[in-house]
Amino acid sequence: MRFSGFNLLAQAFNGHQDWPEHWPDKAPKPEYDVIIVGAGGHGLGAAYYLAAKYGITNVAVIEKGWLGGGNAGRNTTIIRSNYLYDESAHLYDHAVKMWDGLSQELNYNVMYSKRGVLMLAHNVHDIQSFKRHIHANRLNGVDNEWLTPEQCKAYCPPLDIAPNARHPVLGGALQRRGGTARHDSVAWGYARGAVARGVDIIQNCAVTGIRRGPDGAVLGVETERGFIGARKVGVSAAGSTSLVMKMAGLDFPLESYPLQALVSEPVKPIFPCVVMSNTVHAYISQSDKGELVIGAGTDQYVSYSQRGALHIIEHTLAAICEIFPIFTRMRMLRTWGGIVDVTPDRSPILAKTPVPGLYVNCGWGTGGFKATPGAADLLAHTIAHDAPHAINAPFNLDRFRNGRLIDEAAAAAVAH
Amino acid sequence: MILIHCPYCEEDRPEVEFTYGGQAHIARPLDPAALDDAEWESFLYIRSNPRGRHAERWRHAHGCARFFNAIRDTVTDRFEVTYKAGEQAPDGAAR
Repeated sequence: MRFSGFNLLAQAFNGHQDWPEHWPDKAPKPEYDVIIVGAGGHGLGAAYYLAAKYGITNVAVIEKGWLGGGNAGRNTTIIRSNYLYDESAHLYDHAVKMWDGLSQELNYNVMYSKRGVLMLAHNVHDIQSFKRHIHANRLNGVDNEWLTPEQCKAYCPPLDIAPNARHPVLGGALQRRGGTARHDSVAWGYARGAVARGVDIIQNCAVTGIRRGPDGAVLGVETERGFIGARKVGVSAAGSTSLVMKMAGLDFPLESYPLQALVSEPVKPIFPCVVMSNTVHAYISQSDKGELVIGAGTDQYVSYSQRGALHIIEHTLAAICEIFPIFTRMRMLRTWGGIVDVTPDRSPILAKTPVPGLYVNCGWGTGGFKATPGAADLLAHTIAHDAPHAINAPFNLDRFRNGRLIDEAAAAAVAH
Repeated sequence: MILIHCPYCEEDRPEVEFTYGGQAHIARPLDPAALDDAEWESFLYIRSNPRGRHAERWRHAHGCARFFNAIRDTVTDRFEVTYKAGEQAPDGAAR
């Protein structure tokens, strides 16, 4: 049933008792055309686009926990596309373009808010590298502009631009199309849209193996609920991707790290945009519920614990308090960690694998949420055509062998 | 905060004194010119990334400043043992 003013009114007359379930629990069928491993935003979105754009509806999404319970529900919901390299700019801007109109397409409010992402420059190096980013972005059709300290203050009034501040603000790079979205809604909207087109979502069903035929091609996946056949399997399992790939005999250039975030108690609207500072390594925005959403870099060691060390948070909050002294007395409500899969060049892998019928979407590291619609769309394209789209063709596995890295680790305007 | 036992200082010290150095026991190739692209890829980029026991390098940066190795469980973050650089990994440790 579509969400509309009319249906809302009609349902009001019988006490909202007749809204259908978004995603009824399904027992797995013996065989599907395509199986997606991982029901996060990327995986659910890929299932949605397989059905909606390519007419492949005999699809299952298999999830070891509950849908949207991994990094889809653990991120800081920031959306932007101001990456330095051409390949990255095209990839992330493909996603940002899709965020526009996503609520209408899904008939589900993902609350995409173009409130702008402001990256602060605190020293000469920041100024030079941000201006280089701005020029590179504009050559690629990605909006990004330079603001003076006074313009930064006008755009984000809580900012302290005093010249004697611990981290003086010397200017900033602003991407106005950047912003935030409601992370859960993205997963739920894609899940509802996919199920409406015939996709099965199978939760609490971990994949335990990948079965391959004598020719090496994928035959299906072993799960906690038995074998499920499929000639095409797309893996979109974030921090657990390298574990799933090992089941198919593939060693991946990935390491999994905890990435922490935290939110404050909810307060009235105080913070109008997203502010990032790479130099002091922290970022902050305010959710529509009123919480300040704060994040930073990953913990230093490989871990699957979904929690991180307290000193990382302490460092993050110290940086936030230096830049925004008005927040020194805010109380923090929750902290959590997600496990992010990081590649050597900090760019994702969205490609076919050496195993016929096995596709992968991984390596998004600390920045996967912003790419959700784009990554989902391109994974669906890659699976449907058995070939990558021109946008994701550079994000292959071969680059670690032939040296054509997309080295955002060194270059991106991003807090890694 | 995690306490880490430095095998040189022979003390349990807080994690903030240490820096992580990645997977341990990755031998630098003796004859680099003889390696093909696949072997370079494996040496430079492929990591075991296990869910469980992990052999890894740490450095007591704000102490003795020396590198050592550790076996840590990546699910619980519990350190099983730390040992000096150059010593063999205990049996059963991941690569």
